Amino acid sequence: MDFNLSDHHQILADSLRRFLADNYKFETRNKQVYAEPWHSQEIWSELADLGVMGAFVTEEQGGFGGSAEDVLVIFEEIGRGLCAEPLLGNLLGIRLLAALGRREMVDDIVAGAARTALAVYEPQVACDLSYLEATARKSGDGWRLTGRKSAVYGAVGADHLLIAARTDDGIGLFLPENPELISATMVDGGNIADLIMDDLPTECVSADCRNVLENALDLGRIALCAEAVGVMTRLTDLTVDYLKQRQQFGKPLAAFQALQHRVVDMLVELDQCRSITIAAVAAFGGGDQSRRVSQAKNLIGRMGRKIAEEAIQMHGGIGMTWEYPGAHYAKRLVMIDHQLGDHVDHVQRLILMSDKPNASA
Amino acid sequence: MDLEFTPEERAFRDEVCAFLKKNLPEELAEKVSAGKELTKEDLLRWQSILHDRGWLAATWPREYGGTGWNAVERHIFAEECALHSAPRLLPFGLNMLGPVLFKFGTEEQKRDILPGILDGSDWWCQGYSEPGAGSDLAGLKTRAVRDGDHYVVNGQKTWTTLGQHANKIFCLVRTSTEGKPQEGISFLLMDLNTPGIEMRPIRLIEGGSEVNEVFFTDVRVPVSNLVGEENQGWTIAKYLLTHERTNIAGTGFSIKDMERYHRLSRQITRDGKRIADNPVYAARAAEIEAELEAMRITNLRMLANAREGAAGGRESSMLKLKGTQVRQAIQDLYRSALGHNAAPMASELSENELAVPVEAARAAPVYFNHRKLSIYGGSNEIQRNIVAKELFRG
Repeated sequence: MDFNLSDHHQILADSLRRFLADNYKFETRNKQVYAEPWHSQEIWSELADLGVMGAFVTEEQGGFGGSAEDVLVIFEEIGRGLCAEPLLGNLLGIRLLAALGRREMVDDIVAGAARTALAVYEPQVACDLSYLEATARKSGDGWRLTGRKSAVYGAVGADHLLIAARTDDGIGLFLPENPELISATMVDGGNIADLIMDDLPTECVSADCRNVLENALDLGRIALCAEAVGVMTRLTDLTVDYLKQRQQFGKPLAAFQALQHRVVDMLVELDQCRSITIAAVAAFGGGDQSRRVSQAKNLIGRMGRKIAEEAIQMHGGIGMTWEYPGAHYAKRLVMIDHQLGDHVDHVQRLILMSDKPNASA
Repeated sequence: MDLEFTPEERAFRDEVCAFLKKNLPEELAEKVSAGKELTKEDLLRWQSILHDRGWLAATWPREYGGTGWNAVERHIFAEECALHSAPRLLPFGLNMLGPVLFKFGTEEQKRDILPGILDGSDWWCQGYSEPGAGSDLAGLKTRAVRDGDHYVVNGQKTWTTLGQHANKIFCLVRTSTEGKPQEGISFLLMDLNTPGIEMRPIRLIEGGSEVNEVFFTDVRVPVSNLVGEENQGWTIAKYLLTHERTNIAGTGFSIKDMERYHRLSRQITRDGKRIADNPVYAARAAEIEAELEAMRITNLRMLANAREGAAGGRESSMLKLKGTQVRQAIQDLYRSALGHNAAPMASELSENELAVPVEAARAAPVYFNHRKLSIYGGSNEIQRNIVAKELFRG
């Protein structure tokens, strides 16, 4: 039993934290993430130089990491720094390209020279791939895609946009050239897009790779949980600092027990969120993977909202302002629950799992 | 990062598990599992079985007849005991008085008192709270006035758990009214057979009487029964509160209770559906289970810290808070799942006529009894105060 990070991971975490603190300034961030192109190519290249993209895949696949712990370390720092660079889509995409043998693309992504993203969910499908409707069919030498995709994170500017669609064999992944995107700004910053496909010609990466896809999505969920833990850590720190500084009725807010107890409850839940994320990381790749991941996504979805709302409330008016960083942390924390299945989707997934005979407590 | 126990720790768990399977009397486990009250004989029987194996005093060093276990071993032992529905061990002699004597007791006190705790000939109970001093324990008023070689004790203690079985009590008493309230408190041992002591049961919300009031009228206690220095009692009481709290979360109990819930939810049906198939119950159970899993890991993280000597008061307060919340949530779920079948206080039906599984027959009383978890041992509000104090210091 050892909960310390390895030296290598500690160095990665420290360098990432320092880099974001020095180079990812809040005011610049807010200018970048709410307008096209919704991110900074400069920051992206430097993240790649720090080894972030390479840490998403194994040495064999062209990277220098690839474990769930690598993802945990990186995304917790991304959360702390409130970095809205399109890393989630890149993580999902590179895992899939690596697993399906697209080495050249992987190399470019690791170097920061290319970006990838994944279009998997649809307006009426948020978590369970069994309900996907978009289809791919063979047509001559190639394939054609029909259907609609939603919630494609970091689609704009992605060099390799993977699209999941139903095939005769199961669920496949496709790489069309220049699909048309309907893009939007996310409420918490960054870019999200829809795709409407009508017989779109495409290359097929694999006609049947549901398991690979499920694994990548579970790792994406771990990334979101780790990011949430980083966001919560910073947000609770900000709240504690604010309560110490802000004076009302002749004393600091920190002197009021009604507020003290609520802050302690936030910290207790933060600890729980960190623990369940660790549980999911430890279970990744094993028989308990989906169960732990769904437990983590469920707990973090619920507690993230609670911590965000409490932080805003305890800051009072200032917590409502665009200029206050804490407000943006709180916003990100609430919106994380909306990605890759929310707490309700994941409780549903847990219930479906517990119906299976091999499920244990 | 590694969540696994070492091979040695796993072997230890297997050893504990095998011992419990072989030596824990089935009728005791059944009573525990059904939430029935255990008799004095039940509790002493289990204690003597553990004593024979040398596993009774988990927190004691070997030289005093303890196990010498580290925090991880104690955790494993406690968890396995809970998972096998072993009776709870009374903490008063084993986890409270024992460690206090190691630190503050004289050689004579250790020699005279410790063996009786181990062999069951003495049953200790605790005299801390008073009608006017609960969370604000320093406000206690029970007086001990020096008279030659004796103290004369007058006053009242309350919430004395299982005092009805005890022959000894350790008390916090006021020996001085000067200075801050904390500075005039002493730690005093008494024989309950001393004239002037009266024990009266308090009936609790669920109908049982596991706690008592104790009245002291001109009770003469030898000065040699003082532990530590006169007026050092507050230091001792605080030491007690921070000592050995790695099992404070009670994760073993929660895991066991969650198992019982799953069993029940598959056994009983309401309006054409098994409770397990009712989406509302399924969702509630799954969410509580996620919290329990997080709790289990939080507990392991703190154990790992304790092994590195870094676990503090803040950690144990946070464990107590969340641990009791999770346990109470499971008790609530269990009672609630029984619907109207949870209503009888005690059923006149025989065990095979019951509408619910035998182990579920006392779900409502057990639920009410367990509201105590967030009140005793420093209420959860006091735990929040402790964490907040550290957080907002300076």
